Parts: sequence; C-alpha cells; structure tokens
Amino acid sequence: MARQISFADAINEAIKETMRNDENVILLGEDVAGGADLDHLGDEDAWGGVMGVTKGLVQEFGRDRILDTPIAEAGYVGAAVSAAATGMRPIAELMFNDFIGSCLDEVMNQGAKLRYMFGGHAKIPLVIRTMHGAGFRAAAQHSQTLYGMFTAIPGVKVVVPSTPADAKGLLISAIEDDDMVVFFEDKTLYNVKGEVPEGHYTIPIGKADIKRAGDDLTIVAIGKQVNTALAAAEQLAQKGIEAEVVDPRSLSPLDENTILKSVQKTSRLVIVDEANPRCNAATDISALVADKGFDYLDAPIKMVTAPHSPVPFSPALEDLYLPTPEKILAVVSELIDDESVVTI
Amino acid sequence: MEKQFPITKWVDENGNITGEDYKEMVTEELARTFYQHMIRIRTFDKKGISLQRQGRIGTYAPYEGQEASQVGSALALETEDWLFPSYRDHGAAMTFGHSLKNILLFWNGRNEGCIPPEGKNIFPPGIPIATQLPHAVGAAFAEKRKGTKNTAIVYFGDGATSEGDFHEGLNLASVFEAPVVFFNQNNRYAISVPMEKQMKTKTIAQKALAYDIPGVRIDGNDVFAVYFETLKAMDRARAGEGPTLIEAVTWRYGAHTTADDPTKYRDQMESERKRNETDPVLRVERLLKNNGWFDEAWAERMQKQAAEEVDAAVAEMESFPPADPADIFDHVFAEPTWQLQQQKQEYFQAKKGVPVWNQQQQ
Repeated sequence: MARQISFADAINEAIKETMRNDENVILLGEDVAGGADLDHLGDEDAWGGVMGVTKGLVQEFGRDRILDTPIAEAGYVGAAVSAAATGMRPIAELMFNDFIGSCLDEVMNQGAKLRYMFGGHAKIPLVIRTMHGAGFRAAAQHSQTLYGMFTAIPGVKVVVPSTPADAKGLLISAIEDDDMVVFFEDKTLYNVKGEVPEGHYTIPIGKADIKRAGDDLTIVAIGKQVNTALAAAEQLAQKGIEAEVVDPRSLSPLDENTILKSVQKTSRLVIVDEANPRCNAATDISALVADKGFDYLDAPIKMVTAPHSPVPFSPALEDLYLPTPEKILAVVSELIDDESVVTI
Repeated sequence: MEKQFPITKWVDENGNITGEDYKEMVTEELARTFYQHMIRIRTFDKKGISLQRQGRIGTYAPYEGQEASQVGSALALETEDWLFPSYRDHGAAMTFGHSLKNILLFWNGRNEGCIPPEGKNIFPPGIPIATQLPHAVGAAFAEKRKGTKNTAIVYFGDGATSEGDFHEGLNLASVFEAPVVFFNQNNRYAISVPMEKQMKTKTIAQKALAYDIPGVRIDGNDVFAVYFETLKAMDRARAGEGPTLIEAVTWRYGAHTTADDPTKYRDQMESERKRNETDPVLRVERLLKNNGWFDEAWAERMQKQAAEEVDAAVAEMESFPPADPADIFDHVFAEPTWQLQQQKQEYFQAKKGVPVWNQQQQ
C-alpha cells in the first residue's frame, strides 16, 4: 500500500518542499514556530502551531524564516503583503479564519488590489493559510466557514482541499503562485490520513476533481463535506443510485465546466456546503447551474448547508447543525421522488 | 512628556540658525536645494487644487504648509530605499523621484498613476488610514532578509496614530528590528478632529516609548531639522539598529481634501497667522536672505521652472490616452482567470457597448 500520511503532515510537507526550493519562502504567524527559544528549552520541542501543523519547520529552517509574530493580525498580514510585493514569498498563518475581522483590510483592500492598482506592475505572491470548519467543539468564534467571503473579493484565489494529497499539491501551487491565495484548512481534517505522493508535485488551482463517478445525480461538496457526500453516495449505491461527487477544490477561480458537464450527464444537483446558507459557495454554484445549465435539469437544485445561525458550542447542537449523510439522503429522496432512500 | 520630547529646531521662524553646532551643516547649497524642491511641490499643490475646482481631476488632498516635512524627509533617502506614502504625501513622492504626470493621473482616477518610474520603490498611496505602516515593516524586513542596506520610510498623519495598525506596525518593527522610519506629520487635525480630541498625550513621539524605539520630535516646518533627523534615523536603520518614530509638528493650511471646508471646523485665521509666521518656504527664504545667499533672479527662475514643469505634466496628463476597458480585467491576477477572459471578450464583442456579463457558456 502506498504511503499514507495525515492532512496536517501533507501541509507540513508542502511547506517544507517549497522552503527547500526557494529561500524567499518564509512562514509567519502566531505560534508557527511555537517555542519560546529559551536557553533551557531549545527548539527541539517547539510545538509548531496550535494544531502542530508546522512542527519541525523551525528546526530545519530556523527562526529567520519561521517567524513567531505578536498577536497582531493586521500587523503581520500587512507586513506579509508588502514582503510579498518586495520579493519574498511569504506564507502567513491566520490561526482561525474567524480572526479575519482583525486584518480584513490587509487582505481585501491591500493584498487583493495592489496588482490591479499598480496596473500590473506589482505581484503579491502571498498565501494566507487559515483554519475553518465546525465539529471541533470550538464554539461560534472559532468554527466558522468563511470562504464565501473571500470568493466574493476579486484578486483573491480561494482554495479548499478535502484530502491530504490535494492539500499538499494545492498548497505547493498556492505558494508558487504569483497572486494572493487564501488556503482553507478544515481543522477536523488534520488527523485524517490518505495516500500522498512523496516529493514536489502540484495540483492546478481552478481545477475540480471528480471524487466519485456516477450517472444518476451530481453532488458538489466543498472541503470536508466531500466526505459526507461520499458517505451518502455509498448508501445511495446500495439502492442502485449512482451519485457523482464533484469536489471544486478551489472556489476562486471556480471550475464551472466540470460542474456543468456533470449536471449535463446526471440532470440532478445537490450542493453540500457547511457554511451558512446566504451568499455562500452553494448559492453561487446553484446560480451558476440555474443560469448556464437550466436545460440540463430534471429537478430543482437542492442545497444542504448549515442553518443561518452561528455554530453552536453545545456538542449535541453542533452535530445537529452540520450537514450529514442522512440530510443529503433526505434531499435526494425528494429529487428522485423515492422516499425509501431516506430509510436506507 | 513635552519636556522629555522637546521640538528640535535647526532654523527658526526668522531664518536664524538656532545653534553653533548646526552652522557648518546649514549650507547655502542645501538651503537652495530645499527651497527649490519646496517651491516645486507647492506649485504642484496649488495646481492640484485649481484642477479639481475646474473638474479636470477628481477629489484632491492638499499638503500646502507641510512642504518642509515632505521635502526634508524624502531627500534623506537613498535611491533604493522604499517610500510608503499616504494620500497627502505626493510631495514627498515627487521629491523622491515620482513622475508628476503619474501623480496627476492618480488623482484623475488612473491606475497608471500608481506606477513609479523604473527603479523607484514607491508604493501606491495608502488610503485606508495607517495600513501602510505594516507594509513598510514588511518591506523593511524583506530588505533585511535579502541582506541589503535598504530601508523603508512610511508617512502618516496624527489621526493614523489612533489606528491599531500604527501600534501593530511599531511593535512588529521593534520586535523584528526592521530598518524602517515611521515619519509622522502631525498637522494637528484628523479631518475635522483636533489633536486634543484624538489623544490625551501631548506628543506623538512619546508613543515610541511603548515599543522601546527612539522617538524624535521635530519642527516639521524646519526643513533642516527634518532632513538631518531623518538622515540620522535612516543611518540607524541601515546600521541594523532598528526603527525610529519621528514626529514632525506641522500644519496644513487648507482642507483635508477638496471635498471639505476647513472653516467649518477650525479658525482659518490661525492658518493665515501660520502662513505669515511659520511657513516652511518663507523660513528658508529668510535664511537665504539673512546670509546673503538669496538671489531674486534665481528665485524667480525657480518659480518659473516649477510652473513650467507642472504645466507640462498637466498637459501630459490631459493628453494621456483614455482609460482602457481592458484594465478592468487584465491586472486582477498574473494570468486572467477564464472567467475574466470571457468577461473581457464579452465586453469587446458587445453590441452598442453594453456588455451583460456571464451570458456565455465556458
């Protein structure tokens, strides 16, 4: 069996690969080295971020390139924007995507717009890695899924991987990209293992992946919801219904073609997105298919999302809040007018 | 604190050198250079206001009264240093070598205006207040990492010191020992809000104490104090001794921008009094006269040259080709996404020039 590593280790490898190749790549953020650098406590035990994703980097690359910053998101994201504009290739880690409020200007008004405002004479090769997603019992201010916000901003590329292999290949692409990329890491995926190639490889940003082929309906799912969709698809298969699961992998740019082609084949579409349901990736994809693929459809487009309320702190409520295979099955039963799929 | 951070002045309002130590350094050559640059940027500024009033450019932010701060600091830079201006610092940018035509294009809403001449490291003006401070820290940090001796200077007003970005920027620069000079022009008003209502501190320089970096307070209308104190701060940065906060105490005579009326929020008699008593250009003129260095014909020639240069830039700006609709699409990403390419194509193929985006299949 091929090598299996975790989502977190895949991200760690991607950073290492690019840092070895290009010494202009630096990593900065809160606790990314994660060791006090004290005399009695060397860097060997540096913990590498609150989730340990960047563990081992400071030992290999030193504190010149792995920079623990003060708790000052606007400060260090702003510094990363101009370090990118002046020749570095920084990776800034925003510990939780929920903290974007503290530095949105630097992302939205600066990083996203400098190339445009400079008439193409500047480049911002900056990656903002950030953690998102519910299911970690982290409550309303540490559990949101905010990629829809960034998708709405021109000049930002938005990447949401669902597997360790995708995470590594997409992150290497993001770091080597000459534009600003916001890279979303679902915190509940960090320990999920998968087959990941060794060494340097890239996956193009803007290319969707069909995670499961099928002819009867299309499920477009984002991030960890790809796994929820795959679980639902397995149950549907037992009923002889073959779902095609499409993982966009990046939301900006969005691979519209792969989505439309799949819907053309299956004539039915369910979109699974754990973000709140207004103005999110699901509504965006729904609008896309309604606009450009209306004639392909035999049934209304359906969405499985969180309700339009904050992520609950109560574990029981949080479980209720998120999309599940059962919720997908309930929606599919309406689409194909067969109630029996609900009770598989 | 005002005692701890006294205002450094090399040449007083009457054009007299304030200390024996300064006499050797306040030379005729420097005085003439400063005078010429200040006349030049003041001429530009006056033209900027009149162009706005005539509808030939958009909203304009004037700096008249702050010429010494901008000229003195910009002339202290080395060629390869980085300059991060706010919207009121195009006087510094053009002194450092920005193109007058491009600065006018900027105020005319053209992104071409943000582009500095080849080899000049000047960022587009920071419009949201204080965001350019962390940028300067990042650029300075990058230069340090690249192993160069280049530094960054960042301009901002008194109002910006209330923003979190100011404090985050100073702290970050202090912790990273970034070679950056924080150049504050304290013109005492954040649009309409006077300094006393913005902060309880009597000085801005004292804010450096919190970050354990040097804080220097200078007469921002004394171009010599500005020049030499900025030079010192730059030298410190270049020597690896970290950042400096400079507070240049100055005054803007006019409005915040051409969109407001200063008579509504301050006593404009005070501006008139300052124009007569503490004006930065007049001060150098007095210095030149006091030392027998003033030459009426030369001064007139400088005025005429500046007017000609500004007029030529206006003519260039006005004969610049109209904005290209392709600009909407071409500079969003390094390679336009297929969606941008499609939307651009739709624009150029649209009948009667009315594009309806997104109508075609990929």
